[in-house]
Amino acid sequence: MSTATTAPKAASTLRGARLPKWAPWAIAAGSVAAGIGISVAAGLHSNIQWALIAAILYILGTYVIAARVENRRQATDRVVTSLVWVAFLLAVVPLASLVWSTVQRGTKVLDVYFLTHSMGVVADSETGGGIYHAILGTLQQVGLATLIAAPVGVLTAIYLVEYGRGNLARAVTFFVDVMTGIPSIVAGLFILSLMLMFDMEPFGFAGSLALAILMMPVVVRSTEEMLKLVPNELREASLALGVPKWRTILKVVLPTSLGGITTGIMLSIARIAGETAPVLLLVFGSKFINANPFEGAQASLPLYIYQQYGSGEVTAYDRAWAASLTLIAFVMILNLVARGIARWKAPKTGR
Amino acid sequence: MAKRIDVSGLTAYYGSHKAIEDISMTVEPRSVTAFIGPSGCGKSTFLRTLNRMHEVTAGGRVEGKVLLDDEDLYGTGIDPVSVRREVGMVFQRPNPFPTMSIFDNVAAGLRLNGNYKKSELADVVERSLKGANLWNEVKDRLNKPGSGLSGGQQQRLCIARAIAVEPNVLLMDEPCSALDPISTLAIEDLIGELKERFTIVIVTHNMQQAARVSDRTAFFNLSAVGQPGKLVEIDDTERIFSNPSVQATEDYISGRFG
Ligand SMILES: Nc1ncnc2c1ncn2[C@@H]1O[C@H](COP(=O)(O)OP(=O)(O)OP(=O)(O)O)[C@@H](O)[C@H]1O
Ligand SMILES: [Mg+2]
Repeated sequence: MSTATTAPKAASTLRGARLPKWAPWAIAAGSVAAGIGISVAAGLHSNIQWALIAAILYILGTYVIAARVENRRQATDRVVTSLVWVAFLLAVVPLASLVWSTVQRGTKVLDVYFLTHSMGVVADSETGGGIYHAILGTLQQVGLATLIAAPVGVLTAIYLVEYGRGNLARAVTFFVDVMTGIPSIVAGLFILSLMLMFDMEPFGFAGSLALAILMMPVVVRSTEEMLKLVPNELREASLALGVPKWRTILKVVLPTSLGGITTGIMLSIARIAGETAPVLLLVFGSKFINANPFEGAQASLPLYIYQQYGSGEVTAYDRAWAASLTLIAFVMILNLVARGIARWKAPKTGR
Repeated sequence: MAKRIDVSGLTAYYGSHKAIEDISMTVEPRSVTAFIGPSGCGKSTFLRTLNRMHEVTAGGRVEGKVLLDDEDLYGTGIDPVSVRREVGMVFQRPNPFPTMSIFDNVAAGLRLNGNYKKSELADVVERSLKGANLWNEVKDRLNKPGSGLSGGQQQRLCIARAIAVEPNVLLMDEPCSALDPISTLAIEDLIGELKERFTIVIVTHNMQQAARVSDRTAFFNLSAVGQPGKLVEIDDTERIFSNPSVQATEDYISGRFG
């Protein structure tokens, strides 16, 4: 008897009015239309102003409508969700437009010839020429920088996580933090001062040294985080088997975190591949192919972009964009490789 | 090759905190000794001093003697790494190496120590897995990751990993606390078999388990929170459970504690 009377009521407290599934889309469409309408009426021309008005209208509209139809909690939930979406769009739109305009302008002169020839005797105002020398320079400088920074960084992180106790560890952590904040031009100047002391001409490896200074703290930080993620139980399990500590680190800790560590290294490579300032100071740039990073000026992709763009010729503009596209593609490939390695090396859980 | 453990006047610290104080006891070879006592009284700490794992913890420090047969584990010139090869350990939570297959997990101790013959490896793995009552369940998927096993199977995998290096003593810290009754029974049976070859020390919160598997039982207690834990008494399991000589033991076992 009592169940018969209470059942419908009990059910109704669990079920409230819900906005239909299409409601957010409708509100979005409405606010975009209103945003454009207001802008046209007020004579605004900037796309950004339109979009901001639409975004604000969307959030306000969501809150008011949801509060009316549903309740305050649901409305807050929807507002926060839409804030996340708006923030996401704000982040993605510039990125997408950057990639889009680079692809649009970069594909004009980007072809196999462009990738396999240097600027040689081509003047900035002429068509033709290519970026082979710059690609070669970037690969060598970044490669050498990685050869220095990756081992040193990983070993430092191992020291900090596995061995570091007391003042030395604290000092190292402090200096790594300080190094993270070094502007690239300062790293360049540091190496430059050394070069001037020994009266040396610009060469590729000097740039590598500056890039290594920039890369090292990033590698230390990311590796440290990855090593800390390895559960202590695994270290203890290995130690309890009578495995020495260094072997435990080498065979248990590092393999467990290998995916994360390589991802971190790849990302730090991507970061230094775009550095211009130290390369400008230390490697100087060159129009010719120089395959020896230890002697003579070299080119590099970011530096090439900077110099071509700075020359002001239309033909050079096109080359600068094509080189930008190449650089972006290089960084993207690195990221994809990093993800691939992370997935491939991740600890297996499947049956 | 089971060995006798002889502990005298053992005190262990975490930094400045004294966790256990002045513990002395003898553990006979080829026997099972159970440690019981309330949470926080230092059972795990004491267990970990027996294979020098205590000092792995930051600030861990030990005073006193632990004789393995006649050699003091804390004597000068003793290498903790060799101690841990003689005194193996199974942890409360199963912890197989996630990057390794079942086979590699069992072979890990030998491989990582570097002293093994390639031809023997497969034999050792099979023998250890059989010893841990796991062989039949995993023989068709030795190359699959060890973390893909059930919790009870993972724990038996960890036991197989520990016995593969042929230690003299096997320490087990609540090895069944995360397991169902059937897996627990499997591991208890296993302990019964293993004691033919090893000296076994097991920490447990399960009185029935202590009564079922052990020959001797040690009761630990602490006088108050923050005080160091102490050994109250150690005696034949039958006696501890029927007629203990200390009142506190009887209270704890019969559940009239605190
Ligand atoms: N890593 C550590 N650092 C500092 N103190 C610790 C650490 N591990 C344990 N202790 C302290 O040492 C004492 C004994 O802890 P221990 O883990 O040995 O207890 P236990 O008897 O194993 O308890 P349980 O039955 O809950 O496992 C406790 O007071 C605990 O707070
Ligand atoms: Mg414990």
